[in-house]
Amino acid sequence: MTVAIDRATGKRRGDRAPRPGLGQRIKNGYQKHWYAYAMIAPVVVVLGVIVGYPLVRGLYLTLTDANSLNSARTIGVNHIAATYKYIGFGNYKDILFGPTSYDRFWSHFLWTVFWTAACVALHYTIGLGLALMLNQKLRGRTFYRLMLVLPWAVPTFVTVFSWRIMLADSGVLNQILHSLHLPQPQWLEDTFWQRFAAIMVNTWCGVPFMMLSLLGGLQSIDSTLYEAAEMDGASAWQQFRHVTLPGLRSVSSTVVLLGIIWTFNQFAIIFLLFGPTGAPDAQILVTWAYFLGFGQQPRDFAQSAAYGVLLLSILAVFTSFYFRWLKRNDQLAV
Amino acid sequence: MSTTTPPEIKPGRPVTPQVVAASRIRPTRRRGERGPLGAALMHGGLIVASLIALAPVAWLFFLSLGPDKDDYLHPGKIMGKLSFSNYSFVLQHTAFFDWFKSTMIVALGTTVIGVFVAATTGYAVSRMRFPGYKSLMWVLLLTQAFPIAILIVPMYEIFSDIGLIDTYWSLIVINCTTAVPYSAWLLKGYFDTIPFEIDEAGRVDGLSPFGTFFRLILPLARPGLAVAAFYNFITAVGEVAFATTFMLDDSKYTFAVGLQTFVSQHDAEWNYMAATAVLIAIPVSVFFYLVQKNLVTGLTAGGTKG
Repeated sequence: MTVAIDRATGKRRGDRAPRPGLGQRIKNGYQKHWYAYAMIAPVVVVLGVIVGYPLVRGLYLTLTDANSLNSARTIGVNHIAATYKYIGFGNYKDILFGPTSYDRFWSHFLWTVFWTAACVALHYTIGLGLALMLNQKLRGRTFYRLMLVLPWAVPTFVTVFSWRIMLADSGVLNQILHSLHLPQPQWLEDTFWQRFAAIMVNTWCGVPFMMLSLLGGLQSIDSTLYEAAEMDGASAWQQFRHVTLPGLRSVSSTVVLLGIIWTFNQFAIIFLLFGPTGAPDAQILVTWAYFLGFGQQPRDFAQSAAYGVLLLSILAVFTSFYFRWLKRNDQLAV
Repeated sequence: MSTTTPPEIKPGRPVTPQVVAASRIRPTRRRGERGPLGAALMHGGLIVASLIALAPVAWLFFLSLGPDKDDYLHPGKIMGKLSFSNYSFVLQHTAFFDWFKSTMIVALGTTVIGVFVAATTGYAVSRMRFPGYKSLMWVLLLTQAFPIAILIVPMYEIFSDIGLIDTYWSLIVINCTTAVPYSAWLLKGYFDTIPFEIDEAGRVDGLSPFGTFFRLILPLARPGLAVAAFYNFITAVGEVAFATTFMLDDSKYTFAVGLQTFVSQHDAEWNYMAATAVLIAIPVSVFFYLVQKNLVTGLTAGGTKG
């Protein structure tokens, strides 16, 4: 599997040696690489136009006091021009250090970090456990796999509504708890249980992806390694510790990173589980930002976008540290 | 088609007489076999996990058969009066088919455009090293990190300026931004598993890089494309935030928005919601069933190669 990549990097090592002038380099590069550029052009254009441009515009919005009252809008046939004005870094200052910054930003930030860590840890451990079981020679393996992947196949918004019914005050979960004489938490009203429920539902939704990816990773581990380990008398635990885990390293580092990014930005589950306005304390930063921008009147576009910029910066910083850490441990598959 | 690369040949461990002797003394099971207790535990674990995976969907189906909107509070009563009345109501008296149409247009549009665009990019980054390669990979990853909050406001402004609010195109375009980068990663991993010799053979026979790509590689990459298509499809079907914000006309709602209308603040018609949800889950599950055989191999390729 490394053959493909080695060959490609070999090519690259070759064209690095001479370093002609800039114009010549561009010309050479164009001749040599125009196929590549033609092939990536659609993505570059798409991302540039529908991500890059809005991003720049969004960055500008965060420096203004734009809201739904002073933005450009059309009422009937009248078009009203935008009247918002530039206010510098006021929004950021307000969000991070303003008088209500703890209630609005920092408390949500702490909860978001906890939510991400808890969810990804649960996703990974449960996913790995199931993948290990599915990787055994076992009767009905395909059937189990189909069942276990189901949460991923059904759209999230469908299953989240189902969870909402089950978690409702006298829903089936509490009825079961009642019949077992266990306490019946107010899943969707009490802050602690709201958070608990959110993590539970997200875990349920996220495990199949982890499980499938890790199962693929397990299947790509060379079976002769296990044979060799067995020859050396390694116990099951030692095989897991010294063959399975190292063999999963590259797939793990990728899915954990994706899991962290996706969970940090997970919108649908929290938004649908508690409704657009419910559970203010269980909102993570993304849903909170959405609430600021679209869930209240007047809509505060500038602050919402500023939250977005903050979120993106947090993730970008995190990702680059993560990459540095991976590189140091030589675990990067890119 | 097998996607696993031929196993690397490891220098074999010399089989010394001691090793053979040791394995003879201890009556070990063959690899992959285990005692009855282990098998029972494993089956038990998998059964419990499957039940947990299945429960919310099964529960939804059960509730959809009960005729009253408060049935979820006393499920015992449903058993006596199972009926499909919710389904006929949803199909006849709601905008179900409008929603179905919108969802399909958006999801299939995203799938076709997204997979095509991602495939060429995945191929380019798999086979070619060009200046800007590293930054492209970085950008592809970073777009995964874009919180909706940063794009949704400016997008809303831009789209209303150019009159795209409340059109299918707005959603297709937006879904592509999230689906394409990840699909490109997935497909890069998949293309990496296709031997380079095939490209070289194609080139020797006089095909251009585009010809190699379209005539040789794409047909070979079908399983990978299926996974990417599936990913695009479910991403588009499941998109909530933009669909909720950008679709104003209720005949253009996608399912993700339409379903929310059953449980608005003042009236919660859980029975209709459940029936609709089941109707939505069925086609998606069928589609899923069709591609599931390719899922593991496709995800692996994407996963292990990053």
